[in-house]
This record gives sequence, C-alpha cells and structure tokens, in this order.
Amino acid sequence: MTIDESRLDSIIDEYNAEQGSLISILQDVQAEYKYLPKVALEYVAKQLDIPRVQVFGVATFFKAFSLKPKGRQQIHVCMGTACHVRGSKKVLEEFERKLGIEAGGTTKDGEYTLETVNCVGACALGPVVVNNEEYHGQMTPIKVESLLKKA
Amino acid sequence: MKLKSIEELEDLRSGIIAKKDPNKTCIAVCGGPGCLARQCLEVRDAFVNEISAKGLADRVDIRTTGCHGFCESGPIALIFPQGIFYQKLGVKDAAEIVEETIMNDRIVDRLLYIDTGTGRRVKKEEDVPFYKKQMRLILRNNSRIDPHNLEDYLAIGGYSALAKVLDGMKPSQVIDEVKKSGLRGRGGGGFPTGRKWESTRDAIGDIKYVICNADEGDPGAFMDRSILEGNPHSVLEGMIIGAYAIGSNEGYVYVRNEYPLALKNVTIAIKQAREAGLLGENILGSEFSFDVKVNRGGGAFVCGESTALMASLEGKPGEPRAKYIHTSEKGLWDRPSNLNNVETWANVPLIINKSPEWYSAIGTGSSKGTKVFSLVGKINNTGLVEVPMGISLREIIYDIGGGIPGGKAFKAVQTGGPSGGCIPESLIDMPVDYEQLTKVGSMMGSGGMIVMDEDTCMVDLARYFTNFLQEESCGKCAPCREGLLRMGEILTDITEGRGRMEDLSLIEDLSGVLKDASLCGLGTTAANPVISTMRYFRDEYVAHIRDHKCPAGVCRELIIYGIDEESCTGCGRCLKNCPSGAIEGEKKQPHVLDTAKCIKCGICYDVCKFDAVRKG
Repeated sequence: MTIDESRLDSIIDEYNAEQGSLISILQDVQAEYKYLPKVALEYVAKQLDIPRVQVFGVATFFKAFSLKPKGRQQIHVCMGTACHVRGSKKVLEEFERKLGIEAGGTTKDGEYTLETVNCVGACALGPVVVNNEEYHGQMTPIKVESLLKKA
Repeated sequence: MKLKSIEELEDLRSGIIAKKDPNKTCIAVCGGPGCLARQCLEVRDAFVNEISAKGLADRVDIRTTGCHGFCESGPIALIFPQGIFYQKLGVKDAAEIVEETIMNDRIVDRLLYIDTGTGRRVKKEEDVPFYKKQMRLILRNNSRIDPHNLEDYLAIGGYSALAKVLDGMKPSQVIDEVKKSGLRGRGGGGFPTGRKWESTRDAIGDIKYVICNADEGDPGAFMDRSILEGNPHSVLEGMIIGAYAIGSNEGYVYVRNEYPLALKNVTIAIKQAREAGLLGENILGSEFSFDVKVNRGGGAFVCGESTALMASLEGKPGEPRAKYIHTSEKGLWDRPSNLNNVETWANVPLIINKSPEWYSAIGTGSSKGTKVFSLVGKINNTGLVEVPMGISLREIIYDIGGGIPGGKAFKAVQTGGPSGGCIPESLIDMPVDYEQLTKVGSMMGSGGMIVMDEDTCMVDLARYFTNFLQEESCGKCAPCREGLLRMGEILTDITEGRGRMEDLSLIEDLSGVLKDASLCGLGTTAANPVISTMRYFRDEYVAHIRDHKCPAGVCRELIIYGIDEESCTGCGRCLKNCPSGAIEGEKKQPHVLDTAKCIKCGICYDVCKFDAVRKG
C-alpha cells in the first residue's frame, strides 16, 4: 500500500520527532489507518532515526497496536475480574460462535473484529461489552444476537 | 491570566468565591465511567433543555462532574445546596425534577434511594448507607467541581497547598511533612512516600523527573481513573509540590490508553495550570519552575511496574529491569526519577493543607489516611468507596456494599489485583491495612476489591489470574515467562478433570521459584492468587482432582447439564436458545437434553424460568 508521507510527517512533527514519543506517534498513526501498515512503521523509524527493530518491537509488544487491518465494527468484551465472576467468558464464547471467529480475529468480510479487554472500569455494569465506544452492560449470551443485529 | 504571585492567586480565589452564590441551585450530574455507560449525558442534556425551556438558566447551574462513587445507582444527580440524592435517572425524569424540586422545592420520592435495611427512602447523599461509613477525603470533591473548570477547584481551596509550600517552606520541610504524615504509596508496594522523595532528592544529578503512574491496569479497579477524570488538578497540585520537594523541573503523567476521558481531562488541566502560571517557568512568581507532559500507555499491564513504565516513556518496549540500582538514582533516561500513582499524588495537598498530624491520626499504626477501593463483583452496591485504613472487611462488604445479591452466600474477597490474594469468609472481621492484608496472603495493591459468592469457583479464579499474568508477562525473564505458562497448564488440567494430587505440591514448588527468581513484581507476586486459594480453599482443588467435581458449578468439563422432567413446563425457551440443537421436545411437554450434542454453554440454564435445567 501507499501512505501519505505528509500526513505522517505532521504526526511526527507534533511530537518534535522525539524518540521518546514513539508510542504516542504510533497511536496517532494507528488512529489514521486503523492499524499500523508496515510501510508506515518503516517511515517512522527512518524519520525518528531509530532502528526498525525497535519500532517493530514496540508495535508488537503493546496490545494497543495491530499490524493487521481491523474490522469496521470493533467489539470489545471486557474480561476484567468483576466481569469474569459475572460470566463474561460465556458472553465471549457466544460472540465467537455467532461471528465464527476467535477473540483477536476479524470476520472475512472485514465487518467485525472481536477483542477482549482487561477492564474498562465500568464494573457496576458487568459483564460489559463495548461496541464502537458504546457500552452494553449486564450482557448475557442471549443478548449477543440482538447486539450484533443492532450493530 | 498568568498568576505572578501567591497574593494574585489568593485575590483570584477571593474573587471567585465572592462571585459564587452558595445558595444557588446546582444540578451535579455524575459523569463517571459507570454513569456514562448508562447514558448520563443524555440525562444531563435533558436537564439543560428543561432548565432553558423554563427560563431558569440564570438561576440554576448544571455541572457534569467526575465519579460520585455509587455506580450501582447510576445515573446519579445531586441537587445543591440541599444535597438531595437522586438515582437511577432516565431522560424523562429531568422534567419532573426541574418542575418539582427546582421550581417548587418538593422531593420526587420515587427517585430517592431506598435503604434496604430500613425500607425508608433517603433524601440526602450523606444519609445513604453506601456513603455513611466512608471517609471521602479524596473523592468527595468529585461531585463539587467541574473537572474542566479551574475556578471550581480554586473555589474549594485548590492550589492553596502549593501556595503554602512556595510561601517559605524549604524542600526538606515538605519532605518531613510527608514523612510525618505516614503516607505510603497507593499503587501497590506501599513504600513510604516521603522516603522515596528524599532518596530522589538526595540522588546525584541536575535533571530529575517526577512521574505520575496512571496506568491503572488491575482488572476490576478504576480508582485512579475516577480521580484523574473527576479532579485532575488535585493530582497536578500533588505533583508540583512533589517536584518542588525533590528538585525536579520535569514531570510525566503516564495514562492508560483505555481511559480516554482521564487523558482528556488531565490534558485540559495541564493547559489551564500552565496558562494560570501554576505550571511552567517561575510558578507563582517563585524561583521554582516545573512542567508536565502526558504520555499514553500502550495497553501493557507490566507498564504499571516502575522500570517498565520508564522504558515505555523512553519509547521502548515496556520491559522491566533489575532494580539493584533504584529508579530514585537511575530511572527515566538514567536520571533520578520519582514515581507515585494517582491516588498518592492526590493525597499530598491534603497533608500540606491540614497538617501531617491530622493525616496520621487517621488509620492504623503503620497505615495512615484513607484508601479508595473499587468494590465490585458479587456485591449489591458496586462502586468506589473511600474508607479510613483499619476499617473491617465486614463493614466494607456489608455496611457500605450492602452484602451479596440474590440471597447467595459470601465466599471470599479478592484484593490487590492479579498479584493479590483471596480472603475467605472466616477472616471477614480483619482490619484492612497494608500489614494485615499481607499477613493473610493478599496485599493492598492499588485497591481492587472483588467480592465473590458461592457460585465462584476458586480454582477457575486462580486459573483466570494466572492466564491473565501469563498473557501480560513481558517474557524477559524465564521464571515468569515459563513458570506462568506451566502454572496455567497445571491449573487448566485441574479445571478440566485431568489434575493429579501431586500437582498441588508441584504448584507450591513452582510458586516458590516464581517468587524467588522473577525479575520484577509481576512475577514475584504472580503466584499469590494460586497460593491464597490453595491455602483457604484446598478442598475445592481436591474436589476437582479427586472427585472430578466443580463444587461451584463453573468448570465446564466437570459439569453436566440436564432437564428435570417434573419442573419443565415445555415452554420452549431453552430449545429456542440452544446454539447446538441439543434440546428436543414438543410444546408443553417436558424437554430432553442430549448430552452428546451439548456444548455446555449454559444458555439453557440462564434462560429457564422454572429452574428445570440442572447442572451437576
């Protein structure tokens, strides 16, 4: 793929091309493309003058980053302890069954990405599912289908 | 405007207070994470529309605040000056509150909280049992201020501790005050804050850093999120005072990526503080300069560990290093660095303002002040609670938390996050402080408190935490990387009916290795959930291994679902919802479950209204 280098430059400039801001820069790049394209990582490495291995190291170390394109709809099932003791695993499994993908995967049509998150801090509502920043509380396996229909 | 002296700050404050009418009606709508998820912003908008439609905009303020704590009752609104507590609000309730309470000074009874003990409706926030036994020194102001408004913070005495410090206190005096207060780190380790500051101050180097750890990674914990969202200036004020005491001119706030609102609010607060001369060159006209940058985390639990966090601030993978040289000597960019978490920083202005003696009078012998806990799981009143150190678990769980829902029996409470332990029912009267929690095999941690009832399987929970930590292990050292993987395999075997009795001693051996040989706190404490559940719930492990039974009915491989012919009415709900077509039966006739086709998802059990689906 081709990337818009001027857009990347403006992100990098925002952080004065500081090496210490690598994570923030990658976050902004990911916000732009919804994932981290390989060419963008190479470009960032070159502009910040840091080894590519370090940029790839950071991009693969942190959960926030993805080297693969994500689906248009991102479903995050909270697996925090409060949600766990209230049955979040069953909810996750129902999503996996309904979408035919495992957690971390994206449906073939590119519509859904299913992910787990360790805690979204809305423990009163557990089990919680966040779909494109919208919170769905007190989730149960049988609510999964209607959530997907609405989404 | 840029304040150039302490006098200018005090003049500004007096001006703000004089301008404010303490009797003016204010509707404070909670905008904390729990209420946001329940569409509180729509409720707020309904208030705004209603107030403007009634032409009351000049007479009534509407404030969107940080978390009020009582998430279970959200969306919440407090009506000032009376302090009326309205809960579980919907968009349609706004009109009634405006009409009745705001215009006619009448209470809307149906929106009040009902005290489950007495059955009476409670009018004021302070009389709600959830709040009664709390001591909300840190959280209380969340409902009194708009986190985006510096004037609100100044009106409640904000930055007066900073003014006091800059008005003639020496850095060493500040450190002495913090030491005398007995404040200990609220992030996990519980290290004395004053001593940490002193080591960083004494360390050699011209450039020193202060860092705020807001990478709250413990699942089931959202204390720091709520403080940073609801009262970001209190955290900044603590950091500025700390930087002055330590001799630092540069600071960082490292915020968890999953907390966009905390990130936004602290960024706004920093900008405001800079414009007001509370951050930057020559703060309030003094010789002291200090500024703060915000960095976002990348979603790695291990970055809560100080050296991993600092590596991440340097733009590297968040891998910890051995700490034979402390970060107070060589931390970020190899320079002396002082890291405290959000709640610790927020305590500092209180200590300076109210005196270390006042602060140290709260709490127990070696644990001073209050602690914020997130009380979650199988509990009636889920929310954030702030209590004095030394309060008993029973008071937190029953008096504040309202006990266990659905008439179920309390089983255990898990404190200290994934590195903590489970405390059983027999220890419920223990006082909560650093030492006591450690003594029973758990820890204070950052303040997660997850309540569990009889339906929670302790072996499954141990596996849950082990798998969590194994996924979050950075992989740098072998004991943690390999040890947690093997621990997870053993626990999975036990929960799936392949356990052997000798696995129990193997787990103990492995735990010892993890504790002694891991590089950082993640690994050294990783066995706590396993060890503490084995200590207090050994019979459950034995039941899984020897009898192939999961007493709580959680571990899928050890349970079988069936339909009780006599209770089944043939309503068809289970049949309709079964994803694997394992249930058959005619309408109004008892249904039958084919165990060969059953995938044990438990949906039939959850949807049956007649308790006809049994698991055993």
